Amino acid sequence: MPDFNHLIQEDRVHRDLYTDENIFKEEMRKIFGAVWVYLAHESQIPENDDYIMSKLGLRPIIVTRDSGGTLRALYNRCTHRGATVCRKEQGSTKAFACPYHGWTFLNSGKLSGVPWPEGYADDFSDAKFNLAQVPRVQSYRGFIFGTLNLDAPSLEDYLGPARTPVDQWLDRHPGGKVAISNANRLKFSGNWKLAYDNSADGYHVIFSHRSLLAMENRLLTEDEKGMAFYKDKPDEAPMYVQYFGNGHHFKDKRPNIENRPGALWEIEGPHPGMEGYEEDLRARLGDKADRVLDIASSEPVNINIFPNLLILGNHIQVLQPVSMTETDTTWYGTAVIDEDNELEGAVDDVNAIRMRTQEGFPNFGEVDDLMNFEQIQEGLAAEEDEWVYMHRGLGVEGRITTDENGVITGPATDEVFMREYMKEYKRLMLSEPELKIEREVT
Amino acid sequence: MNHDPSKTSHYIGNQYYADLVQNYSDWQGDDNEISDPILRESCRRFLEKEARLLESDRHDDWLGLYAPECLYWVPASVGGGDPRKEVAVAFDDRRRLEDRVFRLQNEYAWSQQPISRTVRLVSNVTVFACDEPSIVMVRSNFLITEFQAGDKRSYTGWSGHRLQDRDESWQILVKQVNLIDCDQNLRNPSIIL
Repeated sequence: MPDFNHLIQEDRVHRDLYTDENIFKEEMRKIFGAVWVYLAHESQIPENDDYIMSKLGLRPIIVTRDSGGTLRALYNRCTHRGATVCRKEQGSTKAFACPYHGWTFLNSGKLSGVPWPEGYADDFSDAKFNLAQVPRVQSYRGFIFGTLNLDAPSLEDYLGPARTPVDQWLDRHPGGKVAISNANRLKFSGNWKLAYDNSADGYHVIFSHRSLLAMENRLLTEDEKGMAFYKDKPDEAPMYVQYFGNGHHFKDKRPNIENRPGALWEIEGPHPGMEGYEEDLRARLGDKADRVLDIASSEPVNINIFPNLLILGNHIQVLQPVSMTETDTTWYGTAVIDEDNELEGAVDDVNAIRMRTQEGFPNFGEVDDLMNFEQIQEGLAAEEDEWVYMHRGLGVEGRITTDENGVITGPATDEVFMREYMKEYKRLMLSEPELKIEREVT
Repeated sequence: MNHDPSKTSHYIGNQYYADLVQNYSDWQGDDNEISDPILRESCRRFLEKEARLLESDRHDDWLGLYAPECLYWVPASVGGGDPRKEVAVAFDDRRRLEDRVFRLQNEYAWSQQPISRTVRLVSNVTVFACDEPSIVMVRSNFLITEFQAGDKRSYTGWSGHRLQDRDESWQILVKQVNLIDCDQNLRNPSIIL
């Protein structure tokens, strides 16, 4: 067992965290098994019998809303010989039939049929023949999580203070909800933690995203669009970074922007169709147009739910480890649903703008980060040069505060969130969680 | 009112989206194929020229092949989907296309440092007539091999060009690029396809 007390220190972590196959294997158990892991969004399986494929770590999972309406995370693995029983990304069905020998399972996981059962001496009502499933599956306002750890806290407690920004992110939309549309799907040749380390990092922005900042402001005389507020002295700006416990962190850029309708829209970089739609919406909605346009704009927050859910802008980004040095990063776009017509008929226009605003960052920002993550992985091949530093802000007087709930706050470029989540990572890697699957269908 | 599509984006709106989805539905019927070898040859030469400009990083010249009000569209779902309700791998109007070229020419675009080398094969060029006599739709298959920093990878699929006959040459109104893996996770999709 690696010595995690040595590998994770107050100011730095060891390269092994990103390069050691054994550590990666342990993570799939002690993290992507033992904590609440994001699996899917309820809007992807809105009706009973809907399903979508997912992963719990490397375990192939089918998230179903079964015929009785219960959310489940079934192992996509036939109990007979191990073949996957579902091979379509997403769909609707009451049962999954294994393509190999025809064993059939209800979308609750229960075995419903075996061809020529007279050839078996078994009683197939024995639960051992039902699909394995994740014993705890729960949704928080549409975000579906699962864990194999019966000792894990409740999902609400696990999310803890991170629930507040998640609630705020949802509540800015009509009905307090969004629906996933489809995704900008990217991947990189690097360890998954490189993306999690970056997710609240305000230090990299003007360097890693230099080309994006230049691009968004190329038609202006002053830099004022997008993330231009990172220029000059970002630590003196009102934005901040926070650590919530349980590995979750948060970067809040909203305080940089005036708290009035239309302020968010004003800093949006250029996107296809924006001027035409804006003129049209202003003509139709008058003063109300500002609020509507803000909903089409990117929300300036990064809410990072350990280990794999990153809510930022209007995206629901999911990190999926593929191997120690391969990670999928999927940027699900979200659409507004307006059942009560709060937007006075403008919802389709809002979504048409919003799809374009959402394409901007994955196209012109994320690709540069991913190249930098890959180049970290390259650099970490240097075996004797062991340490990765994340000590910005450490020991600097007056930089970091902790409130009565244990929430830690620092300036936007501070690496305090990395150090804190690494402490939690260490605690998890030193633990011996008991992981359980369930086969009884209740 | 006249708007410069390089500076402001007015032409992408509900009408444009509706026409786009319509124009890219059911356009490859056998009955619509144009067999005229001269026309087909001129389309083929045009697509080969486009590939050549991109292979040699002549991005400004490449932009010159496009109409002022144009679209470069790489759907993220098979069949194109509805861009009003879906994000695309890329959905660039004129201004965003110029943004894209600006960024590629910026030495701080790390995803393109070093700059990728590409070789592009274009084949199976088939030309289809549409309702407007001055416009043709062209389907072609492509195989792009990209080399960057010791790594060789490829993009393949088919393109649907909507071309306008203009001054004895063609101008691209829309280029739709259909990657065979458009709905999968892509590694560093930062070159122009």
